[in-house]
Amino acid sequence: MSDTGIGASVPRKEDRRFLAGRGNYVADIAAANEMALAFVRSPVAHGRIRSIRKPDGAENRVFTADDLDGVEPMRAPSKLPGYKPSDFPALAIGKVRFVGETVVACVGATRAEAEDLAQAVEVDYEELDPAVDMLEARRPGAPLVHDSWGDNIALATRTDGDMESVKARAAHSVTREFRMSRQAMVPMEGRAVLAEWNSRMDQLIVHTATQVPHLIRAGLAMFLGLEQRQVRVIAPDVGGGFGLKTYVQPEELVACWYAMKFGRPARWISDRREHLIADANCREHHYIVTAHADEEGRILGLEGEVTVDAGAYSIYPFTNCLEAAMAGGNLPGPYAIEAYGVKTWTVVTNKPPLVPYRGVARPGVAFAMEMLVDAVARTVGREPHEVRMINMVPASAMPYTNIARKTFDSGDHPGAVARAAQMIDIAAVRERQARDEPDGRLIGLGFGSYVEQAAHGTSVFASWGVQMVPGYEQAGAKLTPDGGLELRVGVQSHGQGMETTLAQVASEILGIDPENVSVIHGDTGLTPYSTGTYASRSIVMAGGAVSRACEVLVERMRTIGAHLLQCEPDQIRVAGGRVMGPGGDLPFSEIGRVWYINPEELPADVDTDGVEAVVGYRPEPDHGTFSYSTHAAVVAVDPDTGAVEVLDYVVVEDCGTMVNPMVVSGQVYGGAAQGIGTALFEESPFDESGQPLASTFADYHLPGAAEVPAFRLAHMVTPSPHTEHGIKGMGEGSTIPTPAVIGNAVNDALKRYGAEVNETPISPRRVLAAIAAAEGEAA
Amino acid sequence: MKPAKFDYARAGDVADAIRLLGSTDGFNKPLGGGMSLGPMMNLRLAQPDLVVEVRKLDALKAVTEEGGYLVVGAGITHAEIEDGKIPDTANGMMRFVAGQIAYRAVRNRGTVGGSIAHADPAADWPTALRALGAEVAIDGPDGARVVPLSEFQLAAFTVALEPADIVTALRIPKLSPGAKWGYYKICRKPGEFADSIGAVVHDPERGRTNVVLGATDGAPLDVPALAEAVRAGTAVEIDDAKAALAAQGAVFDDYGNQIHAVALSRAIKGALAS
Ligand SMILES: Cc1cc2nc3c(=O)[nH]c(=O)nc-3n(C[C@H](O)[C@H](O)[C@H](O)COP(=O)(O)OP(=O)(O)OC[C@H]3O[C@@H](n4cnc5c(N)ncnc54)[C@H](O)[C@@H]3O)c2cc1C
Repeated sequence: MSDTGIGASVPRKEDRRFLAGRGNYVADIAAANEMALAFVRSPVAHGRIRSIRKPDGAENRVFTADDLDGVEPMRAPSKLPGYKPSDFPALAIGKVRFVGETVVACVGATRAEAEDLAQAVEVDYEELDPAVDMLEARRPGAPLVHDSWGDNIALATRTDGDMESVKARAAHSVTREFRMSRQAMVPMEGRAVLAEWNSRMDQLIVHTATQVPHLIRAGLAMFLGLEQRQVRVIAPDVGGGFGLKTYVQPEELVACWYAMKFGRPARWISDRREHLIADANCREHHYIVTAHADEEGRILGLEGEVTVDAGAYSIYPFTNCLEAAMAGGNLPGPYAIEAYGVKTWTVVTNKPPLVPYRGVARPGVAFAMEMLVDAVARTVGREPHEVRMINMVPASAMPYTNIARKTFDSGDHPGAVARAAQMIDIAAVRERQARDEPDGRLIGLGFGSYVEQAAHGTSVFASWGVQMVPGYEQAGAKLTPDGGLELRVGVQSHGQGMETTLAQVASEILGIDPENVSVIHGDTGLTPYSTGTYASRSIVMAGGAVSRACEVLVERMRTIGAHLLQCEPDQIRVAGGRVMGPGGDLPFSEIGRVWYINPEELPADVDTDGVEAVVGYRPEPDHGTFSYSTHAAVVAVDPDTGAVEVLDYVVVEDCGTMVNPMVVSGQVYGGAAQGIGTALFEESPFDESGQPLASTFADYHLPGAAEVPAFRLAHMVTPSPHTEHGIKGMGEGSTIPTPAVIGNAVNDALKRYGAEVNETPISPRRVLAAIAAAEGEAA
Repeated sequence: MKPAKFDYARAGDVADAIRLLGSTDGFNKPLGGGMSLGPMMNLRLAQPDLVVEVRKLDALKAVTEEGGYLVVGAGITHAEIEDGKIPDTANGMMRFVAGQIAYRAVRNRGTVGGSIAHADPAADWPTALRALGAEVAIDGPDGARVVPLSEFQLAAFTVALEPADIVTALRIPKLSPGAKWGYYKICRKPGEFADSIGAVVHDPERGRTNVVLGATDGAPLDVPALAEAVRAGTAVEIDDAKAALAAQGAVFDDYGNQIHAVALSRAIKGALAS
């Protein structure tokens, strides 16, 4: 291992600008003559627009759907049989379907002026009964979100398992109902767009905070009626995404339309209130799950019903049915289960659209499955970690194709549980638990495990029916005349540290110092096509592509170097940023000089593509990588106030080869902190009329420094047999088990009452209600 | 999230502030630290025509001792109290309370006068200062007056201030050295507004024993039956506190009934143990 290549904890290069406050976000970019946008948003969850009155004298400054000539509603088709697509208009047409939906757009020289105009617009609504709760919305006779559908079910799926044979052998059938509440995704930077038309380029140039610039380009071109060459999407520094920044936004379309129509740049910077009210939400799953288990706690069969509240509209491009598809495919987790049956429903309601959030469906899945495992453990009277270990796919069985047809590539799942159990020190926790705490709080211990399919390839996405199927990921590598390196990738780095880790991959191949490497990303005009950053795919896919591209450069440099050093190409080694032959060596700058400045010195048989290569890469097989992890936590629950404090938290994870262990740890910390948010704090509740109840941070609680424990980490390393360098995806993983880990720990603490909390966030209110319910039952 | 247009003036002294506030027919507001008014204006929930900054006026930054009272200028910040920049005449209670308000950035600007005038039920000073038996010094077009906090606090976000009035100071009775206090705040995270506050001051020497419940949906609530228990030195368990609240008709939802009782019980235990 070199000290700058794969495996080195190189400090993040990008942090120099971030920590000094010199990042360059959309809001930092100014365009001459720009106008600011503000929106009139629907105050009702479901209604028909009777009339809209624009303030007098506001022509060309206030726009409704009727004004948006040439703008098509956003539609994300899916090939899944029975799927009902929905049209998501940039500005509401006829009907509004959630509080916060964009109805009227106003422009002003400043945002304040635009808001003044918005305040003066009058919209008259005929209120309709809303569909708010997904289970009620699923029933026949519920108010219809989309009138022509006949029901509110965007997609229903069903997989049958051979349950009868396992039921006969099962000693226990344990059923539980779980709910993961709707929440917001909260990146530090909200959504932001600055659109301008550039006549010289015949191009719409859109600076926008996105994780997927190439997909946004495709969507904008389609909905605006442009050719793709006429759209350039630039994602400058992006302050976190987590899934929120993967879809084409109504506000983005309006900004683009205005820039094209009036020839003036248009800016929209989301504020926190519209972010919390009107941006896409996430999570909101409901489960009824049953485990058929033997006397030991071995789960023979698993049955589930999964309902996902997808909100009013399907987002482009990923549609609104990925969550349910992922949930159905992931419920069995890391366990070897004989029989599995699952029904899923994607239900539309009068709430904002749903997009996948870090972990995509699996935090909900793990909340249901991992809490069910503990319920089984309590039923058979065993330690939950033991029940996990006997149910998991053992290392000796790898590679293993599970009941949901996922092929785990490698790893030691029970080993991770054992390690977590040892780190958390079960004996000491049980001993402490048996004593009474001086402050009357109750101690609880919880575990949670998962397997995370990541970097899903072509075949997986194709099976989900979505339009944007990732194929060969490309990377460009270019030696500069002075011997530096430019990498071009179509993914976007917004917290993942890829400006460092991709440079490390190049360093691994070329020996070049990452300091001399520029990673160019987030710009459709400068980078090869990519579906972007999501699904923990970037370091696997773009990392693999960078590696391959650098290998091509090695070959090209060998030919030139051999000529200059007067030896045979196969005698040349490229290492340490130098081209080395038997009799001497050259810095990369010599190769650069000869190719660019003094081509008269090149050999006659030089590869005329020079010292630049764009190379495509895809692992084979392309089913994705399978990282896994077990977390364990100790909590203290105050039975009088319902407050939960996380006292200790350990993570044992295996993401194969770590390109930068420090970055891996950072991703784990951040994900687990967000998982604690889901577990204990974050919720976007709605009242029965569909009004959002958490519209500022006074009501939407996020975990802060005081609520997040000092996570203790251990890394196991089982390289992937299928990917370049054995890298597995890991960016999302640690959000997955956390809600279940905390939930299991809380329920362990409450077991003396026989109380269980089965809904996130595990708020004081819910803890007290669970205790009261159990005491009521006992009485 | 930008405020509607408004005019801004910085008053030279209290008289100037009163004059400015009364100078137009519009909706005019004094500005303290802006930690509550600022967000409300940004959300356009408040759209004043004129904002008059008062927080740095000499009179509002003054801290004096007058007989049995510590007189704290309305412009004194939570941070100044937290840092011990005013005399401790409450046996540490003021510092304790100040340190739990929001987080430091808010405490650096937020003022005690602004907090009392704003009268958010979930805020700390309205409950803590009521337990201490504080009075509000007010100046306005009709001259200066002093009103006990219990008469000043009318309802949530509603106080006995006339349009051009400003709060100039809080008059806080000094505690005797042997006086005890307890303060228990239940909130989701440090720095959040409270879900419940129990505040207890027991000063037998001065004949003052107050038990106050905060973070209800109205003004802070005196709980006389529990004050009686404190005077008698009787331990108050959660169920006792629940019963006392129910007996005075203070009934909330299940969660409220529970946590308000817990906050009171713990505040009382804290006071009796101190
Ligand atoms: C994130 C956050 C968290 C917070 N958490 C807490 C908390 O945990 N506990 C808590 O108690 N508070 C909390 N606060 C509120 C904070 O303490 C405020 O400082 C306080 O409520 C208002 O004080 P201010 O000086 O900022 O008043 P301003 O915001 O300036 O004014 C508030 C109101 O009082 C009026 N006003 C101000 N000064 C005077 C005066 N001298 N005379 C008459 N009227 C006046 C204004 O016109 C306005 O109506 C929080 C605030 C924020 C932003």
